[in-house]
Amino acid sequence: MLRYSLRRLLSAIPTLLVVITLSFALLHAAPGGPFDSEKVLPPQIKQNIEHAYHLDEPLPEQYLRYLGQVLQGDFGPSYQYRDTTVNDLIAQGLPVDVTIGGWALLLSLLIGLPIGIFAALRQNTALDYGPMAAAMLGISLPSFIVAPVMILIFAVHLHWLPAGDWGGGSPSHLVMPVLALAAPYTAYIARLMRGSMVETLSSPYIRTARAKGLPLRTVIWAHAFKPAMMPLVSFLGPASVGIISGSIVIETIFSLPGIGRYFVDGALNRDYTVVLGITILYGIAIIVANLIADLVYALLDPRIRYQ
Amino acid sequence: MSTPPPRSRPLAHATAVTEAALTGADREALAGRSLWQDAWRRLRRNRAAMASLILLGLIVLAAIFGPMISPYDYYTPQWTLLNQWPTLAGGHILGTDNLGRDELVRVLWGCRISLMIGLVASVVSLSIGVLWGTTAGYVGGWVDSLMMRIVDILYSVPFIPFVIVLLVLFGRELILIFVAIGAVSWLDIARIVRGQTLTLKKREFVEAARASGVGGFAIIRRHLIPNLLGIVVIYITLTIPSLILFEAFLSFLGLGVQAPMTSLGVLVSDGVADLQSFPYLLIVPSAFLAVIIYCFNYLGDGLRDALDPKDR
Repeated sequence: MLRYSLRRLLSAIPTLLVVITLSFALLHAAPGGPFDSEKVLPPQIKQNIEHAYHLDEPLPEQYLRYLGQVLQGDFGPSYQYRDTTVNDLIAQGLPVDVTIGGWALLLSLLIGLPIGIFAALRQNTALDYGPMAAAMLGISLPSFIVAPVMILIFAVHLHWLPAGDWGGGSPSHLVMPVLALAAPYTAYIARLMRGSMVETLSSPYIRTARAKGLPLRTVIWAHAFKPAMMPLVSFLGPASVGIISGSIVIETIFSLPGIGRYFVDGALNRDYTVVLGITILYGIAIIVANLIADLVYALLDPRIRYQ
Repeated sequence: MSTPPPRSRPLAHATAVTEAALTGADREALAGRSLWQDAWRRLRRNRAAMASLILLGLIVLAAIFGPMISPYDYYTPQWTLLNQWPTLAGGHILGTDNLGRDELVRVLWGCRISLMIGLVASVVSLSIGVLWGTTAGYVGGWVDSLMMRIVDILYSVPFIPFVIVLLVLFGRELILIFVAIGAVSWLDIARIVRGQTLTLKKREFVEAARASGVGGFAIIRRHLIPNLLGIVVIYITLTIPSLILFEAFLSFLGLGVQAPMTSLGVLVSDGVADLQSFPYLLIVPSAFLAVIIYCFNYLGDGLRDALDPKDR
């Protein structure tokens, strides 16, 4: 297992290299540079600035320089925010995203899983259709509709909660962003869990367990739960990364200082290093999340062995 | 579709003899039902899926013909009619937006564009995915390993950031939005199709085709792809809504369709801006968006139940 993980991580290196190269090429192929502003700078000054950031060197040289930096864990300076490195921006923004994303993931699992199992046990009754129709609504209403409506109701009209801002991460500031972020994931998890639970419950070994006279509770938790979790695990791998990157919308609406905002602003203002740094971060996160998902797979299903 | 009525004219030669010997009931049982007729039969029994199909059909018709019939267009501002609330009097049934443009026409145009983005992007992604998956699965060997390795690598490329970068850098042409979204979302379907191809290519009819000298590409086109259509149809109905949502997400970030052209995403994000004073500008496009997504998802679920061989 350890050797397998190590090999997977090693094989991620060429993948990451492709991601970096592709993003680097894309960014630099685009017209415009980070220091093309509305106000035209005197050519000499612009040249000096570009020289200071090595932007006047030929591209291959810039690329190699950048790779060398990244290898040392340095994502370089931000062009847009003076005197700030990309590492600083990530260190500031990431905790916000992880806090909100983590709570949202936990919440959506705590609500979604029981609803899914509950609906599966009452397959094709009103108690199945009702929650599933509600879950479908949760998937169909994107968070950029739900969140503003929540703000209007709970902040503007009822004055129960603050309308936005990080507020040092105090619970009252967290409630709405977490709920808005968790809603579609909860719905998705509930639907996924229902589907795989229904399928598992119809398999022969469950029938055998029932026929032996085991109580339903034992059958579900001891026999059906683990295999039913399999599709969920493969969903949760990428989803847990998505729940952080998906909060770009949430960050914008609740004006939170997460990295999603930096990314979009960076892309708009040709802040190459910020875009590249965050892209690499996402890439690493996806690779690690998929590895963890595969390892959990082996825990759930003893037939899967990795060498 | 009900069973076809008995043919009035006798069939040619040999079949005519056997035909005559059969009773009506036998004949009905013998009249082969294709996979698609079977699936259609099952789908018709699924009330939620049928309701979704009909509702979607109505929305599509309205999106196509509505703007043609309406006396208003989606781009001309009417400075005397800014932010009119929905009313039955005066012709603007769903009100007007902050430039006095008829909201109903704009929403119908939004449906048009959003549905087109969903459809075109799905077709792009499916074309790439199906071709990629069948080729990898059918050819096998190192080609398969190489092609699937590429898919694995692309899986680790962060999808949302990539599209954002693409759109920011290369302008926000409508056609580019289609292609950009489609070109990065074919990975799942490639994997699914490859898996199916691997099992299909060991079947006798493929063996028979190969034995009679049919070329590799012809086998893919004539024997493999038709057999994969079921999954593809299911997948397309489930991909369209997620791509429509993705377009809405891009519009929300200000990277979607450019004004004065509109899409449901653009309308929703405009509506969010004016939420407090003019909530109808959010409610109307949101309702259309939710209904479209809802219907596609239910239809996709119904199709999966109808076409999934496991249930048979």
